[in-house]
Amino acid sequence: MKKDLLGIADLTREDIYLILDTAEAMREIGQRPIKKVPTLRGKTVVNLFYEPSTRTRTSFEIAEKRLSADTLNIAVAASSVLKGETLVDTAMNLEAMAPDVIVLRHASSGACHLLSRICRSRVINAGDGTHEHPTQALLDAFTIREHKKRIEDLKIAIVGDLLHSRVLRSNVLLLTGLGAEVWVSGPATMMPAGIEQFGVRASTSVDEAVADADVIMMLRIQQERMHGAFFPSLREYFNTFGMTPERLARARPDVIIMHPGPMNRGVEIASEVADGPFSVILEQVANGVAVRMAVLYLLAGGVEGD
Amino acid sequence: MPVVMDADRMGRSLARIAHEIVERNRGVEELALVGMRTRGAPIAPRLAQAVKEINGHGIPTGALDITLYRDDLTRHPVGPQPLIRRTEIPFSIDDRRILLVDDVLYTGRTIRAALDALIDFGRPKAIQLIVLVDRGHRELPIKPDYVGKNLPTSLTESVQVRLTEIDGRDEVEIQDA
Repeated sequence: MKKDLLGIADLTREDIYLILDTAEAMREIGQRPIKKVPTLRGKTVVNLFYEPSTRTRTSFEIAEKRLSADTLNIAVAASSVLKGETLVDTAMNLEAMAPDVIVLRHASSGACHLLSRICRSRVINAGDGTHEHPTQALLDAFTIREHKKRIEDLKIAIVGDLLHSRVLRSNVLLLTGLGAEVWVSGPATMMPAGIEQFGVRASTSVDEAVADADVIMMLRIQQERMHGAFFPSLREYFNTFGMTPERLARARPDVIIMHPGPMNRGVEIASEVADGPFSVILEQVANGVAVRMAVLYLLAGGVEGD
Repeated sequence: MPVVMDADRMGRSLARIAHEIVERNRGVEELALVGMRTRGAPIAPRLAQAVKEINGHGIPTGALDITLYRDDLTRHPVGPQPLIRRTEIPFSIDDRRILLVDDVLYTGRTIRAALDALIDFGRPKAIQLIVLVDRGHRELPIKPDYVGKNLPTSLTESVQVRLTEIDGRDEVEIQDA
């Protein structure tokens, strides 16, 4: 594995399987009475979040604490970023205090690559703009593998806001890389041009995309990133692209339904589906901790070579 | 390189240890065997089977991976991190006598890590240590309770234990490093 985890694009197949297998072992720690191992004792991890996040930040923090790392959270709302400090200056100042790992969430694509070039600390991408969200894709793959015992040859439909989704990008790279048949679907206005180049099948018909699917992954409508009108109304979006029990019935009878969260109930997914028997949405959250422990261990377990 | 223990001798050593377990622990009800990955793990169920053949009592067995407790994890230069394998202890260790099983006892650091790991699972009544081979050179005050074979070695040698479950045959070999 490389020094940093910036995106799925940097990982080989072997790296991915190593992370997933390590996460299997890490999950057991969460089932013990004392959910803590001393592995990263004395290591400092900074969680630097420039965008709001509940799930990802909490998940990283729990993973870090279970490995006994010292963690600190910097939420931009209460930091000197509000006073006009640039990302680079913030990073250089943090770096001066010698943390071992920086976990970065940023609204700009490529922010982690920038940090990776200037920092000696290891950098983990916790979501950068519309680019990548590698730990989410890894926990999705972990959840799929747990239910289906494999990734190869599964039909996986990813439905929703394709244009703004970093989760989509990371998942497409990972799942096609491991041999799944990936379909993407959403409004034509949110379908990135040339998306087929990434080895996926694209359709504006959700019914076609989810037909006989083994896995359905719903993406959130990201209104905070939308600068324009992509569809007439949320209600119309739900009627055309939302996951309803009727649409779900077109998939395989053992389909699992996933969502990276946070969900917009009644927009991209009906509550009956989100809370229904096929939903593994909360399992995804639980698995996120194990996967992030695996990434932290594999990146930060050793010492700097040079 | 010399094979210092063949399948036959290994079988007899384990049978003797099984008898010692029965002799030293009146009533095996509160015993449990925990094998340390990699090569302690298959030895634990073998001992459980041997004890069962002696007195008819089954002993629960588990497997422990101590990678996350190693004291040298953050001292290695960057390279592939040691692979973590699964820890499976499907019973409560509280108030049990735990028989910890490893293949080779050397510096004692692995056992130190295992003791830390076990304590995180609860509070056993006692922990006893079973090793197939004790090769000496302890760096910590740790002493085995049951030993298959005492094997004096030099620091430049390495001891290779092979087990049928993993390596296709049972033997112990000394190699020059």
